[in-house]
Amino acid sequence: MDVLYAVFIAPFVDMATAPIFFAEVIIGGLIAGVMYSLVALGFVLIFKASGVFNFAQGVLALFAGLTLVGLMEFMGQTSTQQLPWYLIALAIIGTAAVMVALAFAIERIVLRPLVNQEQIILFMSTIGLALFLEGFGDVLWGSDVKALDIGIPDASFEWGGILLNQFDLVAAATAAVLVAVLAVFFQKTRVGRALRAVADDHQAALSVGIPLKSIWVIVWSVAGIVAMVAGIMWGAKSGVQFSLSLIALKALPVLILGGFTSVPGAIVGGLIIGVGEKIAEIYWGPLIGGAIENWFAYMLAMVFLLFRPQGLFGEKIIERV
Amino acid sequence: MSENAQALLNVNNIEVIYDHVILVLKGVSLEVPEGGIVALLGANGAGKTTTLKAVSNLLGAERGDVTKGSIEYAGERVDKLSPNDLVRRGVIQVMEGRHCFEHLTVEENLLTGAYTRTDGRSGIASSLELVYTYFPRLKERRNSQAGYVSGGEQQMTAIGRALMSKPRMMLLDEPSMGLAPQLVEEIFEIVKALNDKEKVSILLAEQNTNMALRYARYGYILENGRVVMDGDAKTLSENEDVKEFYLGLSSAGRKSYRDVKHYKRRKRWLA
Ligand SMILES: Nc1ncnc2c1ncn2[C@@H]1O[C@H](COP(=O)(O)OP(=O)(O)OP(=O)(O)O)[C@@H](O)[C@H]1O
Ligand SMILES: [Mg+2]
Repeated sequence: MDVLYAVFIAPFVDMATAPIFFAEVIIGGLIAGVMYSLVALGFVLIFKASGVFNFAQGVLALFAGLTLVGLMEFMGQTSTQQLPWYLIALAIIGTAAVMVALAFAIERIVLRPLVNQEQIILFMSTIGLALFLEGFGDVLWGSDVKALDIGIPDASFEWGGILLNQFDLVAAATAAVLVAVLAVFFQKTRVGRALRAVADDHQAALSVGIPLKSIWVIVWSVAGIVAMVAGIMWGAKSGVQFSLSLIALKALPVLILGGFTSVPGAIVGGLIIGVGEKIAEIYWGPLIGGAIENWFAYMLAMVFLLFRPQGLFGEKIIERV
Repeated sequence: MSENAQALLNVNNIEVIYDHVILVLKGVSLEVPEGGIVALLGANGAGKTTTLKAVSNLLGAERGDVTKGSIEYAGERVDKLSPNDLVRRGVIQVMEGRHCFEHLTVEENLLTGAYTRTDGRSGIASSLELVYTYFPRLKERRNSQAGYVSGGEQQMTAIGRALMSKPRMMLLDEPSMGLAPQLVEEIFEIVKALNDKEKVSILLAEQNTNMALRYARYGYILENGRVVMDGDAKTLSENEDVKEFYLGLSSAGRKSYRDVKHYKRRKRWLA
């Protein structure tokens, strides 16, 4: 009985009796979830448009973080000397430009020669890409953990009794704006429409004259910029380091949850996993000695694989008979 | 080879190989005059689709290659151009099996057809209106997902989408496939109207020989990757062998045109 009480009742009593703390847990989860969403979003974009499962998405975030730190150091940032905001903005724009250039290079060097090859070959080529970018980033910018300070204070304040963090809020707002801009881009613009057309039917897209090569460059650029935002957010919180590329591993359960082809799925899936693992950790963790956060996402993904393999928002497969 | 120098499309003795080994077209030649409707007839696997894809260069995406011969459009060699280049020049293919973008609405499907256009919003908007006057049913269904509209409406969407590119030449691959006879008639009437009023030249691949020969002015019959016969639509539809094997008007038990006419065709090749 005690066990049942501890598992099924006590955590909810705790939540109800300390609602403010509960709200803080949820907000903390949402903030972590935004990160997962962003990385998963990059995966989804590339997967939809080219059917490639991009193993390098996490490394793209790392690479963008490294590039930004490198550019800022080049402009004179030191641990004591903070750059003025316009130079920081310039460095971010420069990093975005590097990500776009990278997209061109990837299309030219990796994708184009492999056109019409098996999916598995393209997947393996992205593993190669990931390894290359890791090494290249190391050579270029060094392999030590780097602090990334983009001038947004990491200060906490209270709002209605809830402790909030200014950096987290800015980060979440940035992610929200990014997602909104992408949604408009996909739904309302000519190129966005072409991207969706390619995702639906490559052949038909070709037949109406949509050039796949430029579409791939655009998709990889967008995915690179989404990775950059993730890399900056994560890097500014916990330093730019190799572990950044591992958030890609967290994106996998997000994708299973949300569906590999669904943009809203990636976003909602990320938030659910972020919040879910925080709640599980705080309220159920003590029962089994903690560390639920590390495997919760994978458990949830497994349950989904069993009961809803297309994910929450997986695109309906339209079949006519 | 070409007796008619001003043909809009000139396919010259092309050979097509898939995957570097599978030889599918073994020397196909044909012509489409400006403003014409030309039918490309033949049974399953004869090579109709392959011929159209060689022209639109959709072959590239299927590991297919034109290894011999040449393709000229409006006086220019086009066999090395990308589909995008060809659509810009006015050649567009309507693929077999419709291939609508299922998760896009009917109207979004139509708009993707205007991807290569550079003449601005108002030009595209008036093309959209034009498509809706030819296909009023699409206007009613404009906001439905293309995956959920009927087969006939999908075929209309596919043709309308191609029309949005302001083509000079349309390569139509089996528009009658899987449609009720009435609808086939409706679609062919529209194709004819497009040819008349919008001045779109048409190369039409069909298994429905009867229908195709009613609308086309000239026809080619493909068998096994070769043109085995060509002529005016009228001549073809009165030809005994065509009647027998493609129009199903005879009950004789022979299996293939090839079996009977081997000798005759040989003469034709040598001629
Ligand atoms: N991508 C491909 N790879 C290899 N062989 C192919 C490919 N596409 C078509 N073929 C082969 O080429 C031959 C001609 O095919 P094609 O599709 O051109 O015929 P078709 O006349 O259009 O037939 P249908 O009336 O059935 O559409 C067939 O034997 C087919 O198996
Ligand atoms: Mg065919």
